[in-house]
Amino acid sequence: MRLTVSILALSVASGAAFAQNDCAAGKTLTEGTLTVATGNPAYFPWVIDDAPESKQGFEAAVAYAVANAMGFSDDQVTWVRSSFDQAIQPGAKDFDINIQQYSITPERDEIVDFSAPYYSAAMAVLTRKPVVDAGLDTSFEALKGVKWGADAATTAVPMLAEIIQPDEAPLLYNDNADVVEAMKAGQIDAALFDLPTALYLGAVVLDDGVVLGQFPAERTEKPDQFGMLFEEGNPLKACVDAALEQLRADGTLAQLEATWLSETTGVPVIE
Amino acid sequence: MLAAIVLLVPLAPGWPAVKKSFANGEVFAKTFPGLLDAFLLDIAIFAWSAPLIFAAGLIVALMRDARAPALYPLRLLGIVYTDVFRGVPVILVIYLVGFGVPGLGMPRPWNSPYLWGTVALVLTYAAYVAEVFRTGIESIHQSQRAAALSLGLSESDTMRYVILPQAIRRVVPANMNLFIALQKDVALLSFIGPVEIFRQAGVYKSLLANFTPYVGAALIFLAVTIPATRYADHLMAKQLRARS
Amino acid sequence: MARLEVRGLRKSFGANEVCRGIDLTVAEGEMVCLIGASGSGKSTLLRCLNLLEPIDDGVILLDGVDIAEPGLDPQPVRQRIGIVFQSFNLFPHMTALENVLLAPRRVRGRTREALMPEVEALFARFGLSDRMEHYPDQLSGGQQQRVAIVRALAMTPEIMLFDEITSALDPELVGEVLDVLRDLRADGMTMVLATHEMGFARELADKVCFLDAGTILEEGPPAELFSQPRHERTRAFLSRVL
Repeated sequence: MRLTVSILALSVASGAAFAQNDCAAGKTLTEGTLTVATGNPAYFPWVIDDAPESKQGFEAAVAYAVANAMGFSDDQVTWVRSSFDQAIQPGAKDFDINIQQYSITPERDEIVDFSAPYYSAAMAVLTRKPVVDAGLDTSFEALKGVKWGADAATTAVPMLAEIIQPDEAPLLYNDNADVVEAMKAGQIDAALFDLPTALYLGAVVLDDGVVLGQFPAERTEKPDQFGMLFEEGNPLKACVDAALEQLRADGTLAQLEATWLSETTGVPVIE
Repeated sequence: MLAAIVLLVPLAPGWPAVKKSFANGEVFAKTFPGLLDAFLLDIAIFAWSAPLIFAAGLIVALMRDARAPALYPLRLLGIVYTDVFRGVPVILVIYLVGFGVPGLGMPRPWNSPYLWGTVALVLTYAAYVAEVFRTGIESIHQSQRAAALSLGLSESDTMRYVILPQAIRRVVPANMNLFIALQKDVALLSFIGPVEIFRQAGVYKSLLANFTPYVGAALIFLAVTIPATRYADHLMAKQLRARS
Repeated sequence: MARLEVRGLRKSFGANEVCRGIDLTVAEGEMVCLIGASGSGKSTLLRCLNLLEPIDDGVILLDGVDIAEPGLDPQPVRQRIGIVFQSFNLFPHMTALENVLLAPRRVRGRTREALMPEVEALFARFGLSDRMEHYPDQLSGGQQQRVAIVRALAMTPEIMLFDEITSALDPELVGEVLDVLRDLRADGMTMVLATHEMGFARELADKVCFLDAGTILEEGPPAELFSQPRHERTRAFLSRVL
């Protein structure tokens, strides 16, 4: 019995090693290991409790699904942390892939490589109940008239300028936490986030948060698509794209999205 | 040395990639006007902060110089104040004051990040300026004070007409250096919302995935700070000559 | 009656007792010279008389009123007793004229216009009319010291204290400052001088006091003290400086 288990374990291990050789062989930083980077800290619902090893959270789950599809076993996945700036600097990377809600843009694509998108997010308006009580609705007149804020490093900034064109220049912040802090301090009325982030911040971080509405993809010039980031010219990209295509085709991605990201119902579309 | 850097760096294997993301002429031309525009906000924040810092620094320096035993609490307050605000990084003060105070529930426009960001800058820099003023006051020889008092002048008139005019003049170079540092630290207000040049450069960087806007911002800062630094050095040298 | 009377004045700096019970009487219009080695307590005594230093013990009577009482406002007293220092102590950021005008304007609240006639007369009296707009660093030592005297006189003091006012001067400039003192003496000003100019003291003083180790060891009219000192230490000191 014990022997059977060992043989089984051995065959699983060797099977995994064999499968990895198919595409990813010789293309990872460490042979037989997939090094995945994420934010520090990584946030709910992308990574639950900042522990990607637990496979809990959308991006953690997608990373493991992609790794498995490329033939890596779960314990062949190693996690590291990186910041946005670290990741888009030219030069060698200390990760094979980096997954932390990177919006794919052509400009970024010149410096680094992106995988095929693993998620397409609509932009949504996060505000607070007092602001809604004071008359903010989804009409463009109302949206223009309030004080806006956004995370400076996201595509929310050009979207604000192009679609809403607020009367007053928006205030910009380093990260989501600061945007929320400014909202709590009453320094801004509303902020633009991708829908999953807005839902999370509205429900968990703000006591009186309201996700006012979302912009349909057709209103957005470049609907935000999240891709995994590679060092420019990394040959592993082809393997990851193939894995993602496979996961999309067999419905795994859609299922993970349903599991980890809340339904968008209840958030009206802004016309 | 510089020539070696200029000649050798382009030979490094990573140079084409670095050049593309740090010295991209196209990106530079596209973003520079926007950066200049954003720099006006830096100048404005500096312009209204500097006089407040000067005044607050002077008041704190005078508090620390209070001699009468009855004024000891004032003196203690001055000491605690300068110790605390010189010991805490500016950025922490900006965060705590910029988000914290308005978070207490102030209505607009009293919760403005410009207002509280300025308060944070003034709180921090006044502590440094106060120390500079205090050094200046202490550098004026006791005989000046004795001469003024012997004529029947009050302590406060002695300070106002005899000690301070000399002390302030003497520490102009040191204060110049502090105000040059302030001009750079104004950019930290961007952490609590205002889109000044550093933030604008960051936005361009994210949008274009290119670091060239930072280089543009650095050049704009240098265009202001290098002449100011030279001028401060010139004043310092002049003062040294005058004293020797 | 004595204008100024000191009784049992004691003053220490830390463990160093500089004045060890000084008694001194200065009559109206009198010129008293304090002589003695450096560190004998002359300067400290003068600074105590102007209330620049609080005293540890004793009394200082000005017209019979103790001015050294703790808690007493020193400002009115300082307006009545002027002092001139060895190192001039002019305010370097002000012209000679501004140096002189500062105290009468700020303390007495008089206007520049009202002050100008008498101040100009003072400058003229001491040969400084063409130096009023000069800054201290544009003046010679003798001129600076004369401006310092004018500055003290502009407050119309009743008593003047002079603390070795010629010691920091080049020898050729000493004469012009001593001339100022002669002038004041002739005018009847009550004066106390700490000085090393023995010839001057002998010529003009009403009384000479020899200070030694913080006490007045011996005092008397200059003719008496300089020619027949009673104490061995006085004799030794005089033989060194004469």
